[in-house]
Amino acid sequence: MSRYTSLTDEDLREMLAAIGVSSIDELFDAIPAALRLGRRLDLPEGLSEQEVYARLRAMAERNVSAEDELTFLGAGMYDHYVPALIDSILQRSEFLTPYTPYQPEISQGGLQVMFEYQTAISELTGLPISNASLYEGPSAVGAAAYLAKLANGRRDVVVSRGVHPHSRATLETLAPGYGQAVAEIPLIDGVTDLAALEARIGPDTTAVIVQQPNFLGAVEDLEPIVAAAKAVGALVVCACDPLPMALLRTPGELGIDVAVGEGQSLGNRLDYGGPSFGFFAASQEHIRRMPGRIAGETRDVDGRRGFVLTLQTREQHIRREKATSNICTAQVLNALAGVIYLSWIGKRGAVELAELMLRRADYARRALTALPGVRALHDQPVAREFALALDAPVAAVLERCAAEGVNAGYALGREYPEFADGLLVAITEQRSRADIDRLADVLGRAVAAERSTAMAGALS
Amino acid sequence: MSPAAQTPNGVATQTPQQREEVVTIYERSRPGRRAFSPPALDVPERPLDELLPPSLRRAAPPELPEIAEPEIVRHYNGLSKRNFDLDSGFYPLGSCTMKHNPKLHERVAALPGNARLHPLQAPARAQGALELMWNLERALAEVSGLPHVSLQPSAGSHGELAGVLLTRAYHADRGDERTLVLTPDTAHGTNPATVTMAGYEVVKVGTSPDGGVDLEDLRRKADDRVACLMLTNPNTLGLFDPNIEEIARITHDAGATLYYDGANLNAVMGISRPGDMGFDIVHFNLHKSFTQPHGGGGPGAGPIAVSDRIEPYLMVPRIVRSEDGEGGVPRFDLEEESPKSIGRLRGFQGNYGVFVRSYAYICSLGAEGLREASEIAVLNANYLLALLRRPEIAPYLPLAYGERCMHEFVLSGAPMKRDLGIRTTDLAKRLLDHGYHPPTVYFPLLVEEALLVEPTETETRETLEEFAEAIGAILREAAEDPEIARNAPYSTPVRRLDEAAAARTPVVRQPARG
Repeated sequence: MSRYTSLTDEDLREMLAAIGVSSIDELFDAIPAALRLGRRLDLPEGLSEQEVYARLRAMAERNVSAEDELTFLGAGMYDHYVPALIDSILQRSEFLTPYTPYQPEISQGGLQVMFEYQTAISELTGLPISNASLYEGPSAVGAAAYLAKLANGRRDVVVSRGVHPHSRATLETLAPGYGQAVAEIPLIDGVTDLAALEARIGPDTTAVIVQQPNFLGAVEDLEPIVAAAKAVGALVVCACDPLPMALLRTPGELGIDVAVGEGQSLGNRLDYGGPSFGFFAASQEHIRRMPGRIAGETRDVDGRRGFVLTLQTREQHIRREKATSNICTAQVLNALAGVIYLSWIGKRGAVELAELMLRRADYARRALTALPGVRALHDQPVAREFALALDAPVAAVLERCAAEGVNAGYALGREYPEFADGLLVAITEQRSRADIDRLADVLGRAVAAERSTAMAGALS
Repeated sequence: MSPAAQTPNGVATQTPQQREEVVTIYERSRPGRRAFSPPALDVPERPLDELLPPSLRRAAPPELPEIAEPEIVRHYNGLSKRNFDLDSGFYPLGSCTMKHNPKLHERVAALPGNARLHPLQAPARAQGALELMWNLERALAEVSGLPHVSLQPSAGSHGELAGVLLTRAYHADRGDERTLVLTPDTAHGTNPATVTMAGYEVVKVGTSPDGGVDLEDLRRKADDRVACLMLTNPNTLGLFDPNIEEIARITHDAGATLYYDGANLNAVMGISRPGDMGFDIVHFNLHKSFTQPHGGGGPGAGPIAVSDRIEPYLMVPRIVRSEDGEGGVPRFDLEEESPKSIGRLRGFQGNYGVFVRSYAYICSLGAEGLREASEIAVLNANYLLALLRRPEIAPYLPLAYGERCMHEFVLSGAPMKRDLGIRTTDLAKRLLDHGYHPPTVYFPLLVEEALLVEPTETETRETLEEFAEAIGAILREAAEDPEIARNAPYSTPVRRLDEAAAARTPVVRQPARG
């Protein structure tokens, strides 16, 4: 008997008799003999539960997680604290194991969660409508480009080089299918080059896509970018980091059409990159162009308050080839973690948390740029993450830090050849002043060691 | 809550009189309450304006709830009780494969080495994760009969998009401009939606009287404008298309690729492989056949497997394995460079947390177990079908096509509607009062008043028998008084909701305060 099944020999006999066949094999008669595998799958034998646990635990132990080192790695996902109540609520089977709420009468819990989530995202972004939700950050950026296609049908997607490299790569992948072309605007002093942007956009621009804060951690002044985009009739899409949004001017205040982003930092684990969720909020005029699931409030036949999936005529199961998106799976469980997290930090806590990160990031930036051979890659305001330039090979410095149990950050040269000396450092609320001081000590010694190695090499 | 009026077997026929109106987390909020206490400020407190100029700051903080931890827990626990779920009861939702979600998987996914592993950790320090992904890729390649796998797509529809974009890249690389994609008229809605997003036009292929692809129609339509044919096999009628080799021949002779929607893979694991049927590209739904909990609508994962000719275009990063690790241990790495690759479809490496659960499942079941899972899934479906073909049920709910089925089957409620005056939706809503999640309704579209039933292998025989009894009871009840089903459900947290009003005047967030 296969694991997790209940079939006894007696069941089998009686069930086959009821069906009117003599063997299970006969049920597969429709499959031509030539298409039968006719052998065992070339996979190992099944294991007992304890053996599977031991095996997966051994594999997990070969990973160096944020539990095992002092990490300053960010670049799109962040080691924030996930409060225990999220684990507890997400493990409730009523949230963990249902399907999409196709039967609203028995799915009110999940539907109300979606409604509350939409409200929270709307508050963070200052935009009136939100869906619930998309897969994750970069694919949400891709979905925004598709909304732009539906809205104005123009060809050119103009994206700042400050947008996450994975988001830009996703736009490039989708462009042939969307019938779009992607143009990139360079950075100057760590932020989007406004003059280059103004020179590049025009009547063929479908959307201008920026990120706040951008990949180098810089808080962009979005107002002139929005004005320039609007002047040519293009949509403005902003990929936002949700926690700093508690302090930053909102997309709504700035007249941005679509705000998207990676939701991981809202109560979701790192999980080596997923699952998390991508949020998607927009101005009212785009409500019928939104991708994916949207919950709406209504009443039942007895007049009781309830929630349903609404505006479904946008969606693939009804509109088929004319749908606003093919998305079917939302990330409801991850979005639930997001709304619990936002309720847990609350109205005041969201601001306090963002301010704490702002202050610690400032402290760290000062401490690290005071080190010999380390300078700031840009001087723009930052919210949680900032970019440094090292006067030493970044990969070798990172190795030296790792040997001391410190993950000093992300080597920008992996994605930005022009910043081969760049290091991106993230300061979440889990990194205390003492942790930052330790980073300064370890990084300072690593840079010094690499510089003296280089010096010795030059002299010999 | 007052007791509801009940039928003799305990099923409600009237609404309980008093039920509390739900409140949202925002309505529970009171100024000054809080759950979170921030870590102490341990660095100098410089004026905010020096760190972030006022021109870059928002005017007012976001209106998030103000509420203490006990009330957050009660709120969401309360909401959870307004959901039906797989751990609570039978969920024969066709095409969704609602099989048991083993509890072990939650434990291994939560191990800190998985849950707190940063996606940009250097591959040398993520060897366990990369090995797990490599092993999962190899297992999916073996199950599908296609040698190259990318785990990256986040859902079935995302895998479909990958597959059609790969097809586009494959044709473009050969200088072959094609404009059309064929989908059967039984296809899941994501197929045509995907085709449009990938820049192609959809052409429907008809269904033959026996429920398979209409070969004549396919031959007429498969020409040199066609980029791809997207199929499921078994199809959405629960039937294995015995002409699949001929379908593959016609498709390939036209120069098109053949795409396998893996929604129905649970019928054929270890029994028959899409690669051997002639498919070029397959997507898997790890949240269906491979037990990732559905989470109320996600997360999932939609890896794809492809043939040699599609392989050069696969997404990056690819996982590579080499033998030059320390002490002869294989070493795993992420390869970002691949000249013909279509690129990325999302950030990082995909939904790794889902991969852990699916890999644990494959380790638990092994080669024999996967085959047995499919065998029992098909046995259970046929047994339930046999129970529903009893004379008191079958005349009202006949099987739409064929005599037997694979892992799921489609009934038509048309005679029930005509003879008893209740529609498929009424039957579905009445099933809620019996404590079941109904089957998929009104899909596939070509069957009138369709019910698509998929019991899965993890249900007991008794559960199937009790479900068939409930269907019989609802039909008998409708013969006496169809109004009962027409007004069902009665025992659920809310009754039928006004979806038209919700769409007419969308209220999609809590009204702003103030």
